[in-house]
Amino acid sequence: MNQRVWLYAGIACGLLMTTVAAADETDQLIATIQQVGQQGEGHEQATAAVRELSQADPAALADILVALDTAGPLSANWLRGAFEAVAQRALENDALPAETLEAFVLDRSHEPRARRMAYEWLLKADPSAEDRLIPEMIEDPSGEMRRDAVARLVAAANQFLEDGEEAKATTTFRQALKGAVDDDQVKAIVKPLKKLGETVDLQRHFGFVTNWHVIGPFDNTDMKGFDVTYPPEQELDLSAEYDGKEGTVRWEEFSTDDEYGTFDIAELTSPYKGAISYAATEFVSPDGRDVEFRLGTANAWKLWLNGELLFAREEYHRGMQLDQYRVRGRLKPGRNVLLLKVCQNEQTQDWAQKWSFQFRVCDFSGKAILPVRSESAARESSTDGKPKS
Amino acid sequence: MRFLFLMTLCIAGMSATARADWRQFRGNDTNGIADSTAPTSWTDEDNIAWKADLTGRGLSSPIVVGDRVVVTCSSGYRQERLHVVCFSTEDGSKLWERQFWATGRTGTHTKTCVAAPTPVSDGERIFATYSSNDVVCLDLDGNLLWYRGLGYDFPNASNSLGMSSSPVMAGDTLVVMVENDAESFTTGIDPATGQSRWKIDRPRRANWTSPALWPGETPADDRVLVQSSAGVVAVVPETGEVEWTYADGASTIPSLTVSGNIAFVPSHGITALRPGQSNPEVPEIVWQEGSLSPGTASPLVHDESVYVFNRAGVLTAADVEDGSRQWQLRLKGPFSGSPVLAGGHLYAFNEDGLGQVVRLGDGKGEIVSSHSFDETILCTPAVSDGAIYIRSDGHLWKIANE
Repeated sequence: MNQRVWLYAGIACGLLMTTVAAADETDQLIATIQQVGQQGEGHEQATAAVRELSQADPAALADILVALDTAGPLSANWLRGAFEAVAQRALENDALPAETLEAFVLDRSHEPRARRMAYEWLLKADPSAEDRLIPEMIEDPSGEMRRDAVARLVAAANQFLEDGEEAKATTTFRQALKGAVDDDQVKAIVKPLKKLGETVDLQRHFGFVTNWHVIGPFDNTDMKGFDVTYPPEQELDLSAEYDGKEGTVRWEEFSTDDEYGTFDIAELTSPYKGAISYAATEFVSPDGRDVEFRLGTANAWKLWLNGELLFAREEYHRGMQLDQYRVRGRLKPGRNVLLLKVCQNEQTQDWAQKWSFQFRVCDFSGKAILPVRSESAARESSTDGKPKS
Repeated sequence: MRFLFLMTLCIAGMSATARADWRQFRGNDTNGIADSTAPTSWTDEDNIAWKADLTGRGLSSPIVVGDRVVVTCSSGYRQERLHVVCFSTEDGSKLWERQFWATGRTGTHTKTCVAAPTPVSDGERIFATYSSNDVVCLDLDGNLLWYRGLGYDFPNASNSLGMSSSPVMAGDTLVVMVENDAESFTTGIDPATGQSRWKIDRPRRANWTSPALWPGETPADDRVLVQSSAGVVAVVPETGEVEWTYADGASTIPSLTVSGNIAFVPSHGITALRPGQSNPEVPEIVWQEGSLSPGTASPLVHDESVYVFNRAGVLTAADVEDGSRQWQLRLKGPFSGSPVLAGGHLYAFNEDGLGQVVRLGDGKGEIVSSHSFDETILCTPAVSDGAIYIRSDGHLWKIANE
């Protein structure tokens, strides 16, 4: 009897040690992959690690998912490659850990794209998860999760419409609009809402920044002005005057009432060619936070946040789309100053006359972040004096 | 017993060599010419070996490696999901699918999509690129070998209308063009590690063309021809050294093709180039024909003729020696994909999904059959082992004689 006990204990210990060793090894492989950097950095080690990790048993799936929380954009894809290889094999062997996946999906502190991936693999093992999970995700941090939840509400609202239950339809469309961040869904909601007599403030829904101080034109003949540091890049003094392309220029305040926030410089000022205008605005944030500045323009541009150049793009007339550019930045608490340089070239074709932009501030899923007007921010703004009108 | 074993090996070897891969955009030699025949007619029911469902969008061409056909797709509202999907050539069953997250920009013109470049294989690995300039390397079983984000490495390397250049495998180097209005370059990547062997600055102008192979007398003499608005450069694939330059401008949409020792370049109509004799850094213009004006489809050269589709869908055959017109034939366009040639027939799919088969010979072209899949088709077909592979956003078809 004693011998048998010792035998079982030995086996248990062995299994435990093997499991611990495997977990340690998985951690090591993941750590190696997470060292992947730009321009092929760390590839020698990572190529070997990803091969090995791809052969791991299903227990590694949870570790890979958690690792995605802190992975960079490149190493996230390496980890995803390994995850899918392991998950596919587990699925084929009926060993996909559905409970682990579901727990990960439901924990909103995890990385949204990783949660979505876990959800899609969960569906392969348990298709009923969709009905169980999605209805609660109307304001999920994952834009894709939210999109599915919105789609269900839109379908339900349309059914209410068909059934002649307009009040229920209106309520349900309104619920859907709360979660909608993608323009196609917003349009699919707003159109019936308007027919139902409702009004929707799209500028507010998307968070378009619609009020700007503008100065220009400065010279951009032969597109040479893109790299020229004109005075507004050196000092942001809204009371200043400078020599522009066609004489003295000064800041003027404009706003757009276009429901999609299109700020048409050519229309608001003049359709100058070979010209540059600067647009400045302030954005009062209740706290420090990482955001996405989303810009649409057919013009070359540069964007500064609080004096720091965030991105510069020299491309002309390749179309203008909502959220065409997504630039990450960190707002500080209180007043933030945004400066945009918008360049027009001298192309003469009909399709090359746009000199305009759309600009909004969002979280990473595309949900609008609206500025606030706190007393402290207002005080800071008045004492700071820049920008001043 | 030993005899039986040897016979089995021989038969297996013969079947392996008989199977002709189609490993990259416009085939292994980037010239659109298949080394097998293909069906000359089909309907929804006849000569369709199988039809497989695809996810999201895609206008990249299928490639064929052994008994696998691989396509790329992009999905999601912002096309941020990158797919590589592998099917069995035998029955169209899905063997595996992998997804990745784009690290570069994914906005495109609505007509195109993120899965526009055709993947490439060296027979052991698959290299898939996208409009976002992500580069995925997988083995034939779908295991990730490495991943690069050229749009992440170089955030200004993008085009708001979308990128579409397909990479080529030249010798032991993967050549990827990332040419656009802003940060424009072409790079040669080590297929084993994904690290760049070289990166050369390129004209800052949007460019949707794909590189073409220029076979040398020995593999060491092989060159990659890279076309842009500025013209064409011949690049040594291992080093990125530019060997010669044609600097008189070229199209940024249809891509040049090579036949024999001559490059047929969409430039001033079509310009035929061969390596310079007196000055090896400047190619010799053999002829230039302004009336040959390719639309989106790339030209194709076979035997004695250059075949060019113009924007109106008119196919012109011109003499390969001097560019003079031989005959013309009106097809139903417009064409986004390029034609391919198999068994003396030209295969062209227009944007409405109408496949048109043109028999070539006797100094003329004749449409011998046509059939529409009634789905938008923007890709160039692949031809392998007697079959045509063609895809829309939603489907992949294998057309093969029953």
